[in-house]
Amino acid sequence: MLTDDEKREIEAEVAGSHDRRAACIGALKIIQAHRGWVSDEALRDVAALLEMTPDELEGVATFYSLIFRHPVGQRVLKVCDSVVCWALGGQSLMQHLEQRLGVKAGGTTADGRFTLLPICCLGDCDHAPAMMVNDTLVRNLTPELLDQILTADDGVNK
Amino acid sequence: MDPILTRNIRPGQPPMTIREYEAAGGYSALRKALKELSPAEARQVVSDSNLRGRGGAGFPTGTKWAGLPPLDRSARPRMAMVNCDEMEPGTFKDRLLVEGDPHQLIEGTLVSAYACELDLGYIFVRAEYVEATRALERALAEAAQAGYIGPNILGSGWSFDLKIHASAGRYICGEENGLINAMEGKRAIPRTKPPYAVMCGAWGKPTVVNNVETLCCVPHIVERGAEWFKGLGKAKDAGTKIYGVSGRVKRPGAFELPIGSTLRELLERAGGMQDGVSFRAALPGGASTMFLDASQMEVPLDYGSLAEIHCFLGTGCAIVLDDRTCPVGMVGNLQQFFARESCGWCTPCRDGLPWIAGIYADLEEGRGKPGDLELLLDLAHHIRGNTFCALALGAVVSIQSSLEKFRADYEEHLRRPGCPWKAGN
Repeated sequence: MLTDDEKREIEAEVAGSHDRRAACIGALKIIQAHRGWVSDEALRDVAALLEMTPDELEGVATFYSLIFRHPVGQRVLKVCDSVVCWALGGQSLMQHLEQRLGVKAGGTTADGRFTLLPICCLGDCDHAPAMMVNDTLVRNLTPELLDQILTADDGVNK
Repeated sequence: MDPILTRNIRPGQPPMTIREYEAAGGYSALRKALKELSPAEARQVVSDSNLRGRGGAGFPTGTKWAGLPPLDRSARPRMAMVNCDEMEPGTFKDRLLVEGDPHQLIEGTLVSAYACELDLGYIFVRAEYVEATRALERALAEAAQAGYIGPNILGSGWSFDLKIHASAGRYICGEENGLINAMEGKRAIPRTKPPYAVMCGAWGKPTVVNNVETLCCVPHIVERGAEWFKGLGKAKDAGTKIYGVSGRVKRPGAFELPIGSTLRELLERAGGMQDGVSFRAALPGGASTMFLDASQMEVPLDYGSLAEIHCFLGTGCAIVLDDRTCPVGMVGNLQQFFARESCGWCTPCRDGLPWIAGIYADLEEGRGKPGDLELLLDLAHHIRGNTFCALALGAVVSIQSSLEKFRADYEEHLRRPGCPWKAGN
């Protein structure tokens, strides 16, 4: 069941949209902001609220790479694997992260702290290699900087 | 050259507030358009300026706008869609413009919407541009407060609303009809053309989709005239261009130069190559363009000049290939990108691009077979021109041009076998 907050935020999204369906990507992002990901149950609830069939909404949800239909970690590491980051060492940084976290790209650590994802060009090529940690851009990556990020005590580690 | 699009951008500082922007002459083009020009006159100035779309395709903006139906025979609301879905690998110019001077984009959108007699606009921002979205939200609130957005703008009788749509990933959203489908809450697949979006776009309404940089040019054109804008270009096209340089150069970055500047001039602005590496080639405008090599350093980088040598300007953000980087691996990376980002709608792209990416992986890892290079060219030939949108075209041009320029590198991958840049091969 959707919470009152979620419903209120989705209705605000609908109010700013051309029709109810046009709000569906925003609505899925609202669910994700509250719950981290979009479960089957949440998908059905949002579809009902927006007067869509669950299948219609599933078609949308699975198309967009930043709508998560599986649980993700508290911190989602989105590592650019496009051409400039690739040329400037991005591949070895991804391997470094895979090793440190013990998961392959696309995986989530067993403790639920990190999800490691490849992502296409972040538009920060003059500071490559780059990645995002949730909504924060991190530039000029080095293995040392990655280690700092993984061990940083920002509340997530507790 | 005095900066034009970047004149208000202060690196390392927050963008101008509306008061600062107005004090620097901002929103005077909007006032001028509303007071002195009819929408048709405003469209004519932009058409006369030879402004071409800065998103990559270089389509003349005035021609696009001229495709709109006349207002008295038009479905309403007429829509503006601002394409801020910058996701072309190697491209970071719209980020600079939006994070650095959001009011310029808003003013450009308003002047364009007035010229095109539009009712409602959305700025479509890619999900990852969080900072740009925040800057736009602040600026939009300020502009609405000042009466530049909303009903009866500055007493002109013209009303226009402008909102932000934050996207959720996928390169294909930057394609005109993909963007429209995404706005409608659907999968971002392309549509058959015609009808073109200006006739029948989002929700079946006339819809004008323009790139961020294109719209940022418009207030300056309206304020200073078409002839002035044409005089800025150095070769065949008009205006300035936000070029970029990335790769192993000393000072990678984005900077504004007269359009028609050369690769040599771009590299000079970027401080030249880093010590110990040398230049081999560059993709002049993102992943979807053809390689230019050292013999093409003096070609003016504009739409018209590059078309003459069967190349694309693309986004104008150049990716430099140096002698420490494998050209085959580089193109393989591009193919992996395009295969992953294919929306899956049409067969040549959905099935052809993963096939191509697989051949590149084989070449890289020593599984290449005789005939693979011919197969790549054959696939590229059959994909090109046979897809709904330009995504696959962008994918195959680097295959064709790299096989022309780096054939020996490809053959070395077959001979060893594997990538010669990798230890052990």
